[in-house]
Amino acid sequence: MSDDVLVTIDDLKVHFPIKRGIVLDRTVGYVYAVDGVSLTINRGETYGLVGESGCGKTTLGRALLRLVEPTDGRADFDGTDLSTLKGEELRTMRRRMQMVFQDPLSSLDPRQSVESLLVEGMRAHGLDKGKEQTHQRLKELLAAVGLPESALRRYPHEFSGGQRQRIGIARALAVEPDLIVADEPVSALDVSVQAQVVNLLEELQDELGLTYLVIAHDLAVVRHISDRIGVMYLGSMVEEADSDELYRQPLHPYTRALLSAIPVPDPVVEDSREQILLSGDLPSPADPPTGCRFHTRCPWRQETLCDTDRPQLREIGEGHRVACHYAEDILEGRLSPHEVEPELVQPDAVTS
Amino acid sequence: MALLEVRDLSITFHRKGEEPSVAVDNISFNVEPGQTVGLVGESGCGKSVTSLAIMGLLPSRGAKVGGSVTFEGEELLGLSQRELDERRGRDLGMVFQDPLSSLNPVVPIGLQISEVLERHRKLGRKEAKAEAAELLNRVGIPDPKRRLDEYPHQLSGGMRQRALIAIALACRPRLLIADEPTTALDVTIQAQILSLLSELVSGTDTALIMITHDLGVVAGLCDEVNVMYGGRIVERAQRHALFAEPRHPYTHGLLASIPRLDAPRGEKLVPIRGSVVDNIAWSRGCAFAPRCPSQLEECWSDPPELVDDRGGMLRCHNPVEVAPMAAEGAR
Repeated sequence: MSDDVLVTIDDLKVHFPIKRGIVLDRTVGYVYAVDGVSLTINRGETYGLVGESGCGKTTLGRALLRLVEPTDGRADFDGTDLSTLKGEELRTMRRRMQMVFQDPLSSLDPRQSVESLLVEGMRAHGLDKGKEQTHQRLKELLAAVGLPESALRRYPHEFSGGQRQRIGIARALAVEPDLIVADEPVSALDVSVQAQVVNLLEELQDELGLTYLVIAHDLAVVRHISDRIGVMYLGSMVEEADSDELYRQPLHPYTRALLSAIPVPDPVVEDSREQILLSGDLPSPADPPTGCRFHTRCPWRQETLCDTDRPQLREIGEGHRVACHYAEDILEGRLSPHEVEPELVQPDAVTS
Repeated sequence: MALLEVRDLSITFHRKGEEPSVAVDNISFNVEPGQTVGLVGESGCGKSVTSLAIMGLLPSRGAKVGGSVTFEGEELLGLSQRELDERRGRDLGMVFQDPLSSLNPVVPIGLQISEVLERHRKLGRKEAKAEAAELLNRVGIPDPKRRLDEYPHQLSGGMRQRALIAIALACRPRLLIADEPTTALDVTIQAQILSLLSELVSGTDTALIMITHDLGVVAGLCDEVNVMYGGRIVERAQRHALFAEPRHPYTHGLLASIPRLDAPRGEKLVPIRGSVVDNIAWSRGCAFAPRCPSQLEECWSDPPELVDDRGGMLRCHNPVEVAPMAAEGAR
């Protein structure tokens, strides 16, 4: 392993059991939230994870921090296998991996003042070394996220959405982490405020050398801040590339559709571009399709191979990995898209 | 004559023991048959309340609605519930943001659609059911006959939104209001719904009012765009003009602050400073003045009027002169 790799995730799986029955508590099936994802994050880089709701991106982020227990696979953080850590060791390790949540209001205790919110983590990790020093540190933190010093004595409800997200970021920074997992950090914010938080995250990274794992559904935001992007679909990674490369030359049919579905605030572009409209809905992760997970909606699907064989991520071009049997053929135009009949999807389908 | 004329619409909410709050402040706009008009703005700018007022859905107690809303020459404000019931569903259709909470959870989808048909088009039960299946088919729901007997919770988010659109379109309304119809949906589903909406309105004379915070949605769909801020319209323009040459600093700021998929990477976003809590009252000056990068002294003391400007309307003392593209090139 090279020195500058901070996080390695190898074939990570998180399966949630579906329980039925009151007394017996039988397990009737599993939700395959994350089903075999591998990735690496280098020190100081921003890795963006995109996908639609239910694709497992949030679960992956949480499994990395062991906020949910992975079913299988392993996650290494700075050379340490996280799955072997227990109790105090894990708690100490968590100082180096912090999380910023989507909804800043529900992730901040409404009855704690900002000062107490920020000090709590520092105290838990023994970074609270005397009144003077701590106060100095709090001042630094607030200045770093662009809040006035008077914020310390106030409570979360007294702030606007953007300011609350700044508090959430300050709380994560308080314990001097190496890695910050940001789960939809701006999607609850108004458009004009989103840019403030995005810029703040970028500035903090430049200043403190942080490593980010940014999880979001908004590909435009992710592309803006990420160095590399992984696209997830139904629990598996379908494509991973440098963020410019991904936009310039998406290889997986799903990535292509996703990119073409995002509205661009420019009527000239909107009028001229070709959209790949996917038919139907995301299949249920409790009952994922056989073979390629995407074959039920894929306009380039080919008979038998796509239905039966699950494609593995393979490298095409430098650092560009894609999980599609026909990526080269699609790229060179040897295959043409066809109509897809939408399949019925039961949102709460459970295999019985 | 325009299909819908909104004149000096004001909406004020009164709460016991609190100052009345003005949600919408004297807005006027027209909607022509077959036209798609956008109302854009951030949360709290009054765009949704405007649509509720047009549909007569605001509570009579607590909300005070002033001004006039005429539909084909007929005043809608002040109609009785019974008179409104005649028009809603038949002439005016509405699609809401969250389809799960706007569909009745204990009534099958089919019944919710045929109800409208029986009520307004006086169809028999059998005909209504057949028509309902046809409508579901038209909005792209697979296997519509089976779906008729299903309940909202059995459908996915995108399907629910389609069902809601089917209900709104059941009587071929002349005006459809879509209030953030895709905000709760994933992007690939959003693309499906948007293309469905534009298919349904283009080629017919159904007019569409599109309410959204997403400028990307507006760029692809609307003919004319009204940008709202703090309860007033601050800029109105044809869609191409608005994006090529945003005149109001707020519109300009919004466009500069959203990351664009097709923009080169590494460029910094230019956020609008502050947030809506910084607004000053329109009676004192320009509500946007505290956040405005090009504010003048008079912005703080003299409320700007909405005036004609390059084929559109503008409410600003110091409009932006340079197009954003040119500005980027200069940097």
